[in-house]
Amino acid sequence: MIPELGHFALIVALLLALTQAILPLYGAQRGNLTLMSVARPAAQGQFVFVAIAFGCLAYSFLTNDFSVENVARNSFSQLPEIYRFTATWGSHEGSMLLWALILGFWTTAVSVFSRHLPDDMVARVIGIMGLISSGFLAFLLTTSNPFLRLLPAAADGRDMNPLLQDPGMVIHPPMLYMGYVGFSVAFAFAIAALLSGRLDAAWARWSRPWTTVAWAFLTFGIGLGSWWAYNELGWGGWWFWDPTENASFMPWLAGTALIHSLAVTEKRGAFKAWTVLLALTAFSLSLLGTFLVRSGVLSSVHAFATDPARGAFILGFLVVVIGGSLALFAWRAPKMLTGGRFTWFSREALLLSNNVVLLAALGTVLLGTLYPLLLDALGMGKISVGAPYFNAVFVPVIAPALFLMGIGPLARWKEASLPDMVARLKWALAISVATGLLLPLTLKGFNPWATLGFTLSVWIALTVLIGFRERLKHGGRLNSLPRGFWGMQLAHLGMAWGVAGITLVANYQQEHDVRMNVGDHTQLAGYTFTFQGTTERPGPNYRAARGTVEVSQNGKKLFVLHPEKRIYNASGMPMTEAAINYNFFRDIYVALGEPLDDQATTWVVRIFHKPFINWLWIGALFMAIGGFLAASDRRYRIAVKALVPGNTAVQGA
Amino acid sequence: MKRWLPLVVFAVLVGFFAKGLFLNPREVPSPFIGKPAPAFSLPVVGNPGAAFSPADMKGKVWLLNVWAPWCVSCRQEHGVLMELSRNQPVPIVGLNWKDKEREAEQLLAQHGSPYLAVPDDLTGKVGIDYGVTGTPETYVIDKAGIIRMKQVGPISPEVWKEKFEPKLKELGA
Repeated sequence: MIPELGHFALIVALLLALTQAILPLYGAQRGNLTLMSVARPAAQGQFVFVAIAFGCLAYSFLTNDFSVENVARNSFSQLPEIYRFTATWGSHEGSMLLWALILGFWTTAVSVFSRHLPDDMVARVIGIMGLISSGFLAFLLTTSNPFLRLLPAAADGRDMNPLLQDPGMVIHPPMLYMGYVGFSVAFAFAIAALLSGRLDAAWARWSRPWTTVAWAFLTFGIGLGSWWAYNELGWGGWWFWDPTENASFMPWLAGTALIHSLAVTEKRGAFKAWTVLLALTAFSLSLLGTFLVRSGVLSSVHAFATDPARGAFILGFLVVVIGGSLALFAWRAPKMLTGGRFTWFSREALLLSNNVVLLAALGTVLLGTLYPLLLDALGMGKISVGAPYFNAVFVPVIAPALFLMGIGPLARWKEASLPDMVARLKWALAISVATGLLLPLTLKGFNPWATLGFTLSVWIALTVLIGFRERLKHGGRLNSLPRGFWGMQLAHLGMAWGVAGITLVANYQQEHDVRMNVGDHTQLAGYTFTFQGTTERPGPNYRAARGTVEVSQNGKKLFVLHPEKRIYNASGMPMTEAAINYNFFRDIYVALGEPLDDQATTWVVRIFHKPFINWLWIGALFMAIGGFLAASDRRYRIAVKALVPGNTAVQGA
Repeated sequence: MKRWLPLVVFAVLVGFFAKGLFLNPREVPSPFIGKPAPAFSLPVVGNPGAAFSPADMKGKVWLLNVWAPWCVSCRQEHGVLMELSRNQPVPIVGLNWKDKEREAEQLLAQHGSPYLAVPDDLTGKVGIDYGVTGTPETYVIDKAGIIRMKQVGPISPEVWKEKFEPKLKELGA
């Protein structure tokens, strides 16, 4: 009964989404206020019904209703309750439903926080989001219905993919989707502006906080995903350049370019066409990522079960949404006047260069991700593009953006003076280059990659400090600096922090794969590891061999780690559960490989010493916090009111 | 006309995607099924001087697993193969494909080897003869030396149960 209710709620949601799309868009074109006023209630109603559908599916999972096919495929009676809940979005169908739910959430947020916007703008933005919702809900109902029954019911489920049974996975997809889907707001604003022809600073100001919040969620989500891969895959890596990861990284790069370009459009009225194109690109790449992962066009380590009908539907949807928006862009582009003159050396020019570099980096990732598909489609053979390509190409391309990050915030709008800039930054530059050259010498000898990483990291950190100092010198007080400034500085500092972490762990990690018998010792990075054997330990839905590894330093016992090798009951899948001792300066990571004898007394033990790896995630966290902080700047709340003529204070109150 | 450029780029991509939908990166219908396994003779990793040739396996049903030390999904598959090599009577031969960094011997020494023998296909030529498209791939070869099945991508316990077990039973392994 409950699954049928969910199914029904989904149908109602689709009808409401169609209403939300068609009536307000038509009304906005005709100037019909009555039709436009349908937007808000339809959007909110749609969200409520998608939420009901989601609740019904979650209920089916929590109550182990194995007569629902999706539950039978993706859950298991012995699965702990929290994972039974997260299994709701662990499957293809469920994750699409989560996507629709989050889209509904964002639309509702727009409908609530848009009291100060002109009615036709609101109607168009919500209408466009309704169109996107309609597409996703129709996709769910026609090709990916999560509520299909399985008759007769299965006796038990086939279990959730063990890889996904991890605390990081509990919140990673919702955070990631908040980011992906959040770019739909910027997209909808851009389309609305193209439709109305009102591409001005006000449009940029309205889009900015939404874009920044979505970007912050995406940053957080990607960070969590990387942390999950590090903990769960058991190989000690934190980024694999897998198509699924690239699918989230490409919108992030476009989004990063977009938030910077929006700043120029808002403050100076320049780059309008460019900013609009980026807004379209960021969300298009989110959709493209969905297509690539769901359609089976690319093979990926974490691909969902694939089905050509789904691929064809999403491709059709992409053509309508992306093709339609780019056609609209091409048609309207001549109307976009470029405003605000600037010289070759100014904040505008620097931000534009940063944008170009970010997009070039995006291009390398896109090319690497699609290359196997392109060759295959041209009948030129099947290949796979791996991490060596991405590391070799991406790092040099992104490096200039990191350098520009230091200068951009300090340069004046319109026209900056190069000699003045040199005078302000010469010490920062000298210190960062010196650190980059000397620090590797004290570690393991000269290493150009380490030099590049350290130089850029110190450079960004120092320029952030200079930014604060200059603001304070000109009569500011720390607590009177606007949140937008704080947010930017924190995010940039997070980037410096993350780059430092990446540089250290990529160049100085030590690993040791060793065959160990009970009582064996081994040394790594000054620590002594003693293997004390394994014990059988049953888990809720798996059997585990739990190893005990004692770690000591200079004869002093420090701590004991318990890596596990698990065999999941329902699927028979083996899983490695690494044991990690975290601290601010290094991680010690121990994973069990394979038992080498039948009594399981000799094992392959994999030991990593990962210096400063946590800095990477601390950096991502700072970037995300910076984003949230910047989006909460009070000027977005105040200025919007003042900008819209004829808007009464009563409405805003 | 540069304003049309994004649309044109997108249209080209859509063309590729549409084509891509009808290609499966995982499942390549192998023209070798039902044909004799191409002959080769390669040195064996970890056993200097020895050579392996498919002719050595005449009279047995066996698996030729194409893997590489640099391949991440092979590592995922390794655990499954280890499990199989302990419990299953079918011999697995691991073709070490394009191991330019020469890591296979060390890896197998450390993690254990599920393989009866590891022929060393450094140049990838044998891989070409077999139509290898990527790693891991596994060929099922019967007693007469005929290729009977090809699995593209890692063998999971599920794949083993659904695809390999019935096939091996049919071939009388």
